[in-house]
Amino acid sequence: MDKKIDLRGISCPANFVKAKLALEYAGEGEVLEILLDDGEPVKNVPRSLKAEGHRLLGLKESEGYYILTLEKVGE
Amino acid sequence: MAEESRKSTIDIKNLKAGGFIKERGKDQFTVRLRLPGGRLPVRRLKKIAEVAEKYQVEFVHLSVRQSMELIHVNFRDFDGIVEELGEVGQKVATCGARLRVPVACGGCEYNPNGLVDTQASALEVDEKLFALPTGHHKFKVAFSGCPFDCPKAAINDVGFIGAIIPELDRDECISCGLCAKACAEGAIAMDHEEKPLYYPEKCVNCGDCVKVCPSSAWKAVKKGYMVHIGGKWGRRPLIGTLYAEFLPEEKVVEFISEVLAWYKDKAEGLGRIRLGDVIIREGADALLDYLRRKFPDHVVEETHPPMVVDNRAGIR
Repeated sequence: MDKKIDLRGISCPANFVKAKLALEYAGEGEVLEILLDDGEPVKNVPRSLKAEGHRLLGLKESEGYYILTLEKVGE
Repeated sequence: MAEESRKSTIDIKNLKAGGFIKERGKDQFTVRLRLPGGRLPVRRLKKIAEVAEKYQVEFVHLSVRQSMELIHVNFRDFDGIVEELGEVGQKVATCGARLRVPVACGGCEYNPNGLVDTQASALEVDEKLFALPTGHHKFKVAFSGCPFDCPKAAINDVGFIGAIIPELDRDECISCGLCAKACAEGAIAMDHEEKPLYYPEKCVNCGDCVKVCPSSAWKAVKKGYMVHIGGKWGRRPLIGTLYAEFLPEEKVVEFISEVLAWYKDKAEGLGRIRLGDVIIREGADALLDYLRRKFPDHVVEETHPPMVVDNRAGIR
């Protein structure tokens, strides 16, 4: 895994915007882990990142939060 | 002499569809502008500001049904205002016992939750049915793009809510579990093979699963409007009930026209009465059967009359 973006404790839509900014520093095809709180963040952020064109690879639960695996698509 | 010519300048045909509403003050009126779906191109917004300023309108009021109203307009200025707003295609709305300008959310054009093009529907209905006299009472129409239903469809005479039916292609599914997590209704759970199980009885047709699915394994196999009829708010609120499901967007105008025809007929001789109260008198089945003949593929098996909201409970 190349990079982790920890968005725990950050609410919508700041978490998504932060993910977007962090993704600007990733290279095309890079796989990242995005840490999300349960509730609104895990419901909304993956969907918004998909709409941006990134490829969602998986989601797993980890002690009260979620880890979204994502491949960056586009520059 | 000047007084004489001032008196002769009001063009009565501008008042035919309403939209000029008497205020408290002498000679003062509110001019309600026609903005279907609450959409106002900036070019028209600028013209409205320009015209308002010219006729000494100090402020506008954003109405509760997405209109912009010019306040304290002297009735002698009607013609000038109508003509000048007309230069950019801005028209005056309606009032009274007519089909009102439809309201709508942003729909699917730019709102991520939207499932159908509510803006297109509102525009089409406004274009084809604007200010149609009902003969009885006002008639309100609203369009919601998804089951969040921000426009509150069920408190309109006819209210439309965009909806889809999702279907899973198990072979395309990558077992990520995002759909189960995204579903707020608990209509999706992961099975022992880590594939989603769908419980249609819990589904509210919002499409969140389709939107989040990374592999497009979830697809919308049906899309259209859930149609609620017989709602209103006000002194005696009623909540409209479901009459049709997944009505295609292109059938909206025809559907409203049929509901209007039934309303006009059944309310004959009953005076100023809203559609919901006519349904309570006639029974929901009467309208359901009437609509089923015209829209057999979309009208539901059964429904019930509008739900009466007891908003005076507790009053002694």
